[in-house]
Amino acid sequence: MSSTPGFSSGMSLDGNSGVDPTVSQFLLSLRGIAKNFGAVQAVQHVDLDVPAGQVTALIGDNGAGKTVLIKTVAGIWGPSSGQIYWNGEEVHIHSPREAEALGIATVYQDLALCDNLDIVQNMYLGHEETRFSMLDEIKMELATKKTLSELSVSTVKSVRQLVGSLSGGQRQAIAVTRAVMRDSKLVIMDEPTAALGVAQTAQVLALIRRLADRGIAVLYISHNLNDVFSVADRIAVMHLGTLVSHGPVANYDTTSAVELITTGETKRTPAASAPAN
Amino acid sequence: MSTPDQIEIPSHEDMSSQLTGELKKLWRGESGLIPIVIGLGALVIYFQVRSPVFLSAGNLTNLFIQATVFVLLGMAEIWLLLLGEIDLSLGYVAGISAAIATILVDPKYHWSVFIAIPLALLVAAAQGALSGTMVIKLRLPSFIVTLAGLLGWQGVLIYIIDKQNSGGSVSIQEKVLRNLVSGDLTVFATWVLVGVLVVLMAFFILRSDRSRRASGLEGRPFFISVLKIVGLAIAGLLMVLIFNTNRGSFIVLRGMPYALPIDFAVLAAGTFILTKTRAGRYIYAIGGNVEAARRAGVSVDRYRLLAFTLGGLTAGIAGLLYASRLGGASDAIDGGTLVLFAVASAVIGGTSLFGGRGKMIHAAIGGIIIATIYNGMSLIGMSVATQFIATALVLLAAVTIDSVARRGSTTS
Repeated sequence: MSSTPGFSSGMSLDGNSGVDPTVSQFLLSLRGIAKNFGAVQAVQHVDLDVPAGQVTALIGDNGAGKTVLIKTVAGIWGPSSGQIYWNGEEVHIHSPREAEALGIATVYQDLALCDNLDIVQNMYLGHEETRFSMLDEIKMELATKKTLSELSVSTVKSVRQLVGSLSGGQRQAIAVTRAVMRDSKLVIMDEPTAALGVAQTAQVLALIRRLADRGIAVLYISHNLNDVFSVADRIAVMHLGTLVSHGPVANYDTTSAVELITTGETKRTPAASAPAN
Repeated sequence: MSTPDQIEIPSHEDMSSQLTGELKKLWRGESGLIPIVIGLGALVIYFQVRSPVFLSAGNLTNLFIQATVFVLLGMAEIWLLLLGEIDLSLGYVAGISAAIATILVDPKYHWSVFIAIPLALLVAAAQGALSGTMVIKLRLPSFIVTLAGLLGWQGVLIYIIDKQNSGGSVSIQEKVLRNLVSGDLTVFATWVLVGVLVVLMAFFILRSDRSRRASGLEGRPFFISVLKIVGLAIAGLLMVLIFNTNRGSFIVLRGMPYALPIDFAVLAAGTFILTKTRAGRYIYAIGGNVEAARRAGVSVDRYRLLAFTLGGLTAGIAGLLYASRLGGASDAIDGGTLVLFAVASAVIGGTSLFGGRGKMIHAAIGGIIIATIYNGMSLIGMSVATQFIATALVLLAAVTIDSVARRGSTTS
């Protein structure tokens, strides 16, 4: 795949698109990422930087291409074109396993938990600790309890509860904690608060904040601008498959965000580096 | 927020509330063998009242031997049911395995039984793997692939047997194969085997409790472990008493039939794989939520193929014991009905048809229940028609209890 400097419809607030020197400053950088499904262009020429220890909110209307974009990073499918840089080096992610090996964990909308397994079993799914090639349940249970308490997830009664018996907020917490347990450097979340009540949403947002405070990069898809402005450090806006704007949260307010989401552009310029079209 | 170092000390809890908790768990079906065992108990009492020979040592031994084919085929089917798949061809996979072993050890070919048996099992495993490969690679529904298998393997079975020109069946002359079912351990060996098994299981229960406590995890209450061990010991003692009672009329006939240690070995191996290894964990995960398993990095296809193969292999073992019991292999083996009884055994025991939930022990319990119905009804002289209808009702009752008990135990 060839790099095509300058060829990008994404408005990078850093003034860089497709050129490489800046990529080493970020944990994850996307350059010119596109993804087609047959004739459908789901994502076109996205340049996006995700720094460590910060929450980057990816916002946009339904069908704007947010989920397609994160699935590209998560290794569900490869990009049709473009480059992915991880710690400044170009990587090719062919499978979820490869994404995970880099330290990318993804928490999907449908959470991808097995209802018929308990919390510990879900936490370690695909990464079971073994002793003499037998499952080491005690080690896994202790580590699960430790991580849950470190992240102040205190609502579950027993870590040997089946996940099928948990509430939506608890399931979300389990899915997020699982990402942390695997020493992930980047946690991608697809609408983690979409199905939650007020109190549970607050808990999950607090959890997201704690992840960033641990030095983890969080890439967070949401429709809810209240949530975004309360937890995000950076904002990236997608519109019709392109990234129309991204930068520190201070550069945006609710009105400009809504304009970007709905029309792909805004005339408001809350800060000097606001997008110009 | 609770402090992370808080450790609940179980002995401080009220014992009766613990017991209620355990009972609730049993009722919800998490370790839910109790309703089924109660059902079995009711059946046993009924048959004993109607026919005093039901609980005689001879009849019970016979019952266990009758149950063997249901139990083993049921365990074969559980590998597939856990994935949410099914293998309808397993009855004929068993039939072909029986035919291969029987024919090869026949004086006509005179192969060693120690080559013939592994070869028959290998073929059975390969048949399972073949179905699995078609389901996985061609993305065909397992119901259809194995329905084709049911028809096709029946054809192959008839072909193999008829090639021998021995009138539709081949009888077993060879001693080892013949004795798989009808040979008995000595009285002393029966005591030793059962004793060792009970002590081993007690040891594993206590050791697992102890290592949990040593790591600061709340464990199963001590009295539950004791109850389990006492239960095991009583069951073991009953078995010894049943099998070591003389059940012969003209000659002395005592000791445990070899079929039982074979059943135990298959049960133990299957349970070990399912509960102690990654492969087992992944089979449950795939059955529960295949997408979740895939995203967690599990090589889904590999473990599905493994389950199909193990299903075939277990069916092969069932076939060998079936041939041994019948004294030969026949082209009239009804693999279609056998496999449906196998599914019924698993489901009566508590295994879900939709994947992700079930245990090897379910097939053992379910198989014994089906054998009990058949054995008991024949004893009290009920017609075949009644036997089929009764089995149907038991099957329906078992899934109804299971479904009602499970409702409300999950949020989704």
